Amino acid sequence: MISEVIPTLLHSVPMDDTWITFDVNSFTQNFWSSTFDGFTFGAIYALVALGYTLVYGVLNLINFAHSEVFITGCYGVFFTLSALNFGPSAPHLAFWAIVGNLILALVVAIIASALMAVVVERVAYKPLRTRKAPRLAFLITAIGVSFAIQYTIYWWRGPSPEAALTMFRPIPIFDVFGTIVDSQQVVIVIAAIILMIATDQFIRRSRTGRGIRAVAQDPDTATLMGVNKEKIIVTTFIIGGILAGAAALFYVMKIPSGVQYNGGFILGVKAFAAAVLGGIGNVRGALLGGLLIGLIGNYGQVLLGSSQWTDVVAFVVLVLVLIVRPEGILGSSLGKSKA
Amino acid sequence: MSTTDGPTLMPDDAAAQDIADREAKGRQRKGWFPGLGDKWNALPRHIQWLILIVVVVIAYLLPILNPPLITTDPGNNWQIALAQMSVYALVAVGLNVVVGYAGLLDLGYVAFFALGSYTAAMFTSPDSPYVHIPYLWTLPLAMAITMFFGVLLGVPTLRLRGDYLAIVTLGFGEIVRILATIIPAMKGQVGFQNVGHPPGTDSSGQPIFLNSNGTPWYWFTLSVIIIVLLAAGNLERSRVGRAWIAIREDEDAAEIMGVPTFKYKVWAFAIGASVGGLSGALFAGQVGFVNNQKFDIATSILFVAAVVMGGTGNKVGALLGGSLVAYIPLRFTAIAEFKYLIFGAALVLIMIFRPGGLLPARQSLLAYGRLAYNKVKGALGGNTVPGPTKTRPPGQVATEPAKGAGNE
Repeated sequence: MISEVIPTLLHSVPMDDTWITFDVNSFTQNFWSSTFDGFTFGAIYALVALGYTLVYGVLNLINFAHSEVFITGCYGVFFTLSALNFGPSAPHLAFWAIVGNLILALVVAIIASALMAVVVERVAYKPLRTRKAPRLAFLITAIGVSFAIQYTIYWWRGPSPEAALTMFRPIPIFDVFGTIVDSQQVVIVIAAIILMIATDQFIRRSRTGRGIRAVAQDPDTATLMGVNKEKIIVTTFIIGGILAGAAALFYVMKIPSGVQYNGGFILGVKAFAAAVLGGIGNVRGALLGGLLIGLIGNYGQVLLGSSQWTDVVAFVVLVLVLIVRPEGILGSSLGKSKA
Repeated sequence: MSTTDGPTLMPDDAAAQDIADREAKGRQRKGWFPGLGDKWNALPRHIQWLILIVVVVIAYLLPILNPPLITTDPGNNWQIALAQMSVYALVAVGLNVVVGYAGLLDLGYVAFFALGSYTAAMFTSPDSPYVHIPYLWTLPLAMAITMFFGVLLGVPTLRLRGDYLAIVTLGFGEIVRILATIIPAMKGQVGFQNVGHPPGTDSSGQPIFLNSNGTPWYWFTLSVIIIVLLAAGNLERSRVGRAWIAIREDEDAAEIMGVPTFKYKVWAFAIGASVGGLSGALFAGQVGFVNNQKFDIATSILFVAAVVMGGTGNKVGALLGGSLVAYIPLRFTAIAEFKYLIFGAALVLIMIFRPGGLLPARQSLLAYGRLAYNKVKGALGGNTVPGPTKTRPPGQVATEPAKGAGNE
């Protein structure tokens, strides 16, 4: 029996074109457009990745619920813009009116995300910290809180994505190698980079930033030096929430139909991959990792044919990074970044 | 947080008192049935066996007894419900090896379950163009394939801290589902119908193992569970099991004591994965249809909830937790819609208020540690620390380390 089964099994190893096909043609044709799109997505990943990185730096803990902090921001954007009568087609509003509305949506998203981040910290992590629970407990509550939030949204809004909202009609700005770069891409990348520079400078220069670095280096010593550890932890969650809220606006701008109860989950895994790729706990690493994951994911998508390959490629990159260089490209941790 | 813990000095009296306090606290937090484990362990061996045999017989009779109040009829067919519960219980027992014994959080266990299901489907379903083998052969094959993937995933991540494993497995759980969608050979939502089943026909010529009849599947899965439980119990009491618990309690200390932590972590992960694959193959056979819709990451969290609810590190607890997680939505169909919400919230509440779960595992290593400490101290002429070990002759504990640890 075995002697028959094993050779037939080996012969049937099914590696034909029904498994994976590479579309090199499409890849060369769409190289530049996928590059620019990759940068845009990368900027969004980087903003979310910062939330993972900051919390990891301070608490040594992956905040699984960060993807729900992000999706809360997406709902904030969605409800604000719905209330402002945005619809599936681009609104006919004056330039400044659109900017004003988007800033309002941004503020709502930031507040929603930051609040959610604080709630997560208070409900899931603080009680365990006071009890000095083992590490595993933190991870389990983190995933539990993440799912409780996801399915609260599911219960409230149902399984299907919210109606798509278009914020503005992207206008071509310039032309690179025959590929048009539009205003949407430029806005997202520039705004994200400004936010990241601001975060970086805040952590390097401000008093609170110094506190964050101190707690990241050594929580006990930091407490002895007069740093209020609890306050710093909450602040870190709030900063992560603010960045996730901003990322939420850009994400809804880029993928109008992406507001869904579980929409944050896979983005969260990709953002985490970005954080690890750049070096977890490293603020500049998050930017680099985000852009790289955005690029690699988009190239993978064009090369392999389906948009869902982005997720697979990002995941494979994460595993490869963990094999080759687990400390990430830029390596150092939050505490070590010099003032 | 582990990073804040400085190096621990040799235990002096204060430290010993601290350990005693912690253990006393641990004993207070005894789950829902305080003292049950101690009572069980106090019973003579032959009575334990007798009770076990009665329990097993009742378990086998469940589909025929169809006990009122407990039964899921008329909302859900009781026999099929039992078959599903048994698959979940097997999953929980397998995941308990990873999460409970070795303390590794595997959030993508559904991926191994899915791989097992697809193995069974692709080698038996007429919808699959590849070679077909008898269904029973797919069970060991599914175990081998998932074990391979377990090692593949475990080797890069288990060298790192536990958090990485958690998120990598979380990603893996989703990736397998996505791959099933986008790889044409895995047929996405169309899936594979008429997955095989074990051979055998009854007197009227009908196959015994029908998808519409849960009873034979339940008996089959229950038998598999008993084998796996015996194997898990033996592993738990072996050198490997002790190494796992040492890793769970304090990985650095285990490494310093000469436990090859990486090797044993990979073992735990791979063994857990193979049980996941086995349960997946059983699930595919019972349902008879495999597509990409059944293996979302939420199911994975249900599995973790099953283990945590039952009692992390306790195989009987895991069995109970797994059955309950499948049973509650089937019995109380009104709340079935909210099951993810309920179990997600339950995870948080249990971890905060009752980290031991329904049937908490005994912290056998702590008891051990103090036993050793007392011996050393006794040899040096010091005082011994009062504790639970005095209720049990030390020799018995030393010769039969984890005796009945899973039965608490």
